[in-house]
This record gives sequence, structure tokens and C-alpha cells, in this order.
Amino acid sequence: MSGRSPRRGGSIGRLERPALAGVLTREVINFSSFWRATTFSSTVEPTIYLLAFGFGFGSLVSEVSGYDYVEFVGTGTVATAVLFSSVFPAMFGTFIKYQFQRTYDAILAAPVDTEELVTAEALWIATRAGTFGCTPLLVAMVFGLDPRAGMLLVPLIGFLAGFGWACFGILVAAVLKSIDNFNYVTSTVITPLFLVAGTFFPISNLPEWARVLAQFNPLHHCVELVRHAAFGFEPGTDVLRVLALLGFGLVMWRLAIWRMTKKLVD
Amino acid sequence: MTDLAIDLRGVVKRYGELTAVAGLDLEVPEGTCVGLLGPNGAGKSTTMKMLTAQAIADEGEITVLGHVLPGDSKAARAQCGVVPQLDNLDTTLTVEQNLRVFAHLYRIERSRRRAAIERALGLANLADRRDTRADKLSGGMRRRLLIARALVHQPRLVLLDEPTVGLDPQVRQELWALIDALRSEGVSILMSTHYIEEAERLADTVTIMAEGRAVASGPPSALVAEHVGRDAVEVYGPPARLAEVEREAQDGGFRTRRTGTSVAVLGVEGSNGAHSPPDADGHAGHLALVRRSLADGHRRETNLEDVFVLLTGEEAT
Repeated sequence: MSGRSPRRGGSIGRLERPALAGVLTREVINFSSFWRATTFSSTVEPTIYLLAFGFGFGSLVSEVSGYDYVEFVGTGTVATAVLFSSVFPAMFGTFIKYQFQRTYDAILAAPVDTEELVTAEALWIATRAGTFGCTPLLVAMVFGLDPRAGMLLVPLIGFLAGFGWACFGILVAAVLKSIDNFNYVTSTVITPLFLVAGTFFPISNLPEWARVLAQFNPLHHCVELVRHAAFGFEPGTDVLRVLALLGFGLVMWRLAIWRMTKKLVD
Repeated sequence: MTDLAIDLRGVVKRYGELTAVAGLDLEVPEGTCVGLLGPNGAGKSTTMKMLTAQAIADEGEITVLGHVLPGDSKAARAQCGVVPQLDNLDTTLTVEQNLRVFAHLYRIERSRRRAAIERALGLANLADRRDTRADKLSGGMRRRLLIARALVHQPRLVLLDEPTVGLDPQVRQELWALIDALRSEGVSILMSTHYIEEAERLADTVTIMAEGRAVASGPPSALVAEHVGRDAVEVYGPPARLAEVEREAQDGGFRTRRTGTSVAVLGVEGSNGAHSPPDADGHAGHLALVRRSLADGHRRETNLEDVFVLLTGEEAT
């Protein structure tokens, strides 16, 4: 005769620290095997933008919105570094891990659920984005940007924006069926947002519709917060910008979890 | 009364129009190895995915180690080890790093982590390969690493999804020894396979699946005795002759199994080669024909493969 086994151990809750730590540990151990290549691309690329725009346009334009142009671009490029080192690893890394390497199948067979998996992945990417985002600032310092105490908040601003972008990237990877389709998102979403963010030129000179749209662009808020961290905060508007980034991160986080759950659990 | 490591009652899983699992009942008593045997598409892998809540059943009840799924799945998974059909190792990490990652994911305390990894390395005989990257390992070693990874936290239940698929016979034997050792330690095992010999060697009981249902369940020897008797006679010949033998045997009440070059007439045991089919009475004429046909055949013991083919209609691997 057979019967049901008595339950041993109680239920396990949501968003548990050991599950998040387990996924993060996997990322850290993996990162140790490819950190050179990732760090290289995540830091050299925005630095080239900084040097090209800074010295290219800088020779034509000495001052923008009251800032020296190299300083303007130097602070703006931080947001570019944050964007590049969060949205692209999230899109491509997530797709490769679930589609080709089947890593997520292995992780979800352990006591980890999709919510924890997505959260830990986004936290890790955001941490990297916050760190890599500082590189252009350091390069700009070499070219004359004065260090200020407020700059110590730049990694946090990068982390906050990077979390939202990482979740956006995970969402894209969960929704699209082919890695080739990422080109549509890059061309129609990321590139326009990247250009209408006040990174290389101020949005104040753009048409009104573009200025209105920029207020819905999380990258623009990241650019402005970094710039204010370097040149002086504007508490009233900066709090709203932080709230905008928090809202962006929160919405993208929940959407990414929803779509990844649909993707990973039949 | 035996505790159940796995208990499935009337489980149904549909993918659109396709019903992958169609009312499956399955029990895995604690400390036993149950083989889930079936052809490709029988619903074995879907069943495995439902046991880790990576697929959610549309109907029925699933209980794993006393936890009702899918709600309590995470607690069940903490005590399970899963060996997937497809390799999903972190290929750029070393053997030891792969195990360390899963020691964290399975929440092994820091003080016990080192010993757990060493134990898993020893079990899979990979201690001397600890610093080798996974993508530099042979196919057999990678599969051993997958098993070690599933055992690092000393689970009470191990789910093996086609554990030796695609491996050469020698490596398969090595893995069988490893699984057998696990079984002897009292770990509960559910192993899906479409290799008959694997199920016959390792499983205490076998559940044969076809089209999403369990069509037979029991110890291999009992299944053989129940469905195909003790002896079979294999008759070889041209297709027309095989069709004739098959028809005569079936008319005589025997079960048959057709392969490409022969017909096996099943359950032919009886005195002096005089065959005693289940419904021999009143079939004297047919019996005479069958006896004549079987006289040309080669007598052998029946096996689980005969049961598998008979019940699933598929040729065995």
C-alpha cells in the first residue's frame, strides 16, 4: 500500500536573498572568465564617443548651455555608457542564455523562480552599468573636468538607470522570437532615445515635440542627473528625475518578469 | 504504507491542440528507481518539466516530496536534483566552478560547501578534472558533471531525463554504475528513457508511456510475465511468409511482434513446444498451423522490449 509522503520543510517565499545571491554568484563567477572583453567594450566605446565628439565638435563649439563642450559631452557620455552596458548585455545575454545555452532551464530547476532570476540578472547588469558609467567621467577629468563631491553619486544614478534598461533588455529578449529582430528595437527605440537625450547636444534647441518627448526618455533624466551631479544639483527637478527613473525601472521590472515567466514556464 | 516521492494523479498537459500528457497517473515510492519508458513524443519530457514546475499541468494533481505543485514547487526543487536531457553547463567555467555555482543555487551553507563540492567531484569521478573547462570535457565527462551538479546538495529525489542519450555504450555503462550507486544509497529516482536496457537494468519499476498515458506499470519481470509470457519464437522469412505467420499466430490467440526481418510470436511457453495460447480452446485448427510455423522459428526468452513494442506500437531503441 502506498500513501503520500508527509511534507518536510515549509513553503519558500518570494524574492529570497539566497536565490538572488545564487544567481548573482553565477554571474560573478562567469564574469571572471570574460571580464576583460566586456570591460574593454563597455569603457572604450563611450570613451571614443567622448573623444570624437569632444574634440570634433569641441573645435567648433566651445560652450553649450553654459558648460565647456568637453565637460558637457563628458557628463553626457556617462549615460551612453550606462545604456550600452545595460540594454545590450540584457537583450543578447538573456536571449543566448535561455535560447542557446539553456542556462535558465538549469537555474529554474533549482529553488529559484523567474521573478528572482530576472531580478538578480537585472541587479547584476545594473551594477556593471553603474561601474562602467564612471569611465567617461574619469576620462573627462583627464581633459579638465573638475572633480566634485556630487560625482560620488554617479554610480548610483548609473545603477538606477541601468536597472531599468536591463529590465527593458530582458523584456525585449523575452518578447522577440529571433535575435535578428533585435535590430528593429535598436533602430526604432534605442537609437532615437539615445540621440534625444541631451548627450551630445542640448535638447533645448530641439522642436517642442522633441522636447516634450525627451521628458519621457529615461536616458535624458539620467544625463541630466549626471550633469547636475558634476555641476550642481537642482533639488526640485532632480527629485522628479529620480522618481522618473524609479518608475521606469519598476514598470520594466514587472513587465520583464511577466514576459520571461511566459517564455520560460509552459 | 510507503511514502511517495512523486505522486501524479490524472495529470493533463496541453499545448494548443496537442495533448502532450493525457491523464497520467504515476507513483514513485521513496527510495526506489522508477523508469519512465516510452517512444519519442510519449510525454516523458513534458512530465519531467511539470515536476519542476517548468511546465504547469492543465488538470490533475502533482505532489513531489509532499509538496503540492505548482504552488509549493520551490520547496520541492530544493530537495530535488535534475539531470536534463540537453547539456546546459556553463561551458566557459571549470568543472569545480560549475559545481560551486550550483552549491550556491541549492543554498548549501558556506561551511559545508567545500565538502559538498568534493563529494560531488568524487561521485562523478571528476576530481582530477576539477580545473578543466566544461567545453574541454568529453561527452561522457560532461554528462557525469551534469549528474554531479544535480547531486551536489544531496537531494532526496533525482530526476534523470534521458541520462545517457547520445552516448557510446562504454560511457553509458559508466553512467549506469553511477546511477546504480545512487539508488543503493536510497535516493529516489525517476528516470525517463527510451532505452529498454537502461530501464531494465536500473529501474525497480517501469511505467510505459504512450501518447501521454501510462499504458503499463510494474517491475520489469512482472510486466514481461503479464504481457508477453515467458518465451517467444522468432520466425524469419520473406515478407509474405511473415505476414502468414503473424496472421496464423493471431488467429491462434497469440500476441505477435513484427520487426523488419522477423515476426516474434509471444507467450509460446508450454509443454514440449506444444504451445498454449490464452484462448487455445476451440482453436485446434489454428493451433496446428501455429505449431507448424513455430517449428521453423528460433525460441528465446521474452523481454521488456517485447512489452514496449507490443504496448506502444513503436520499435525499441
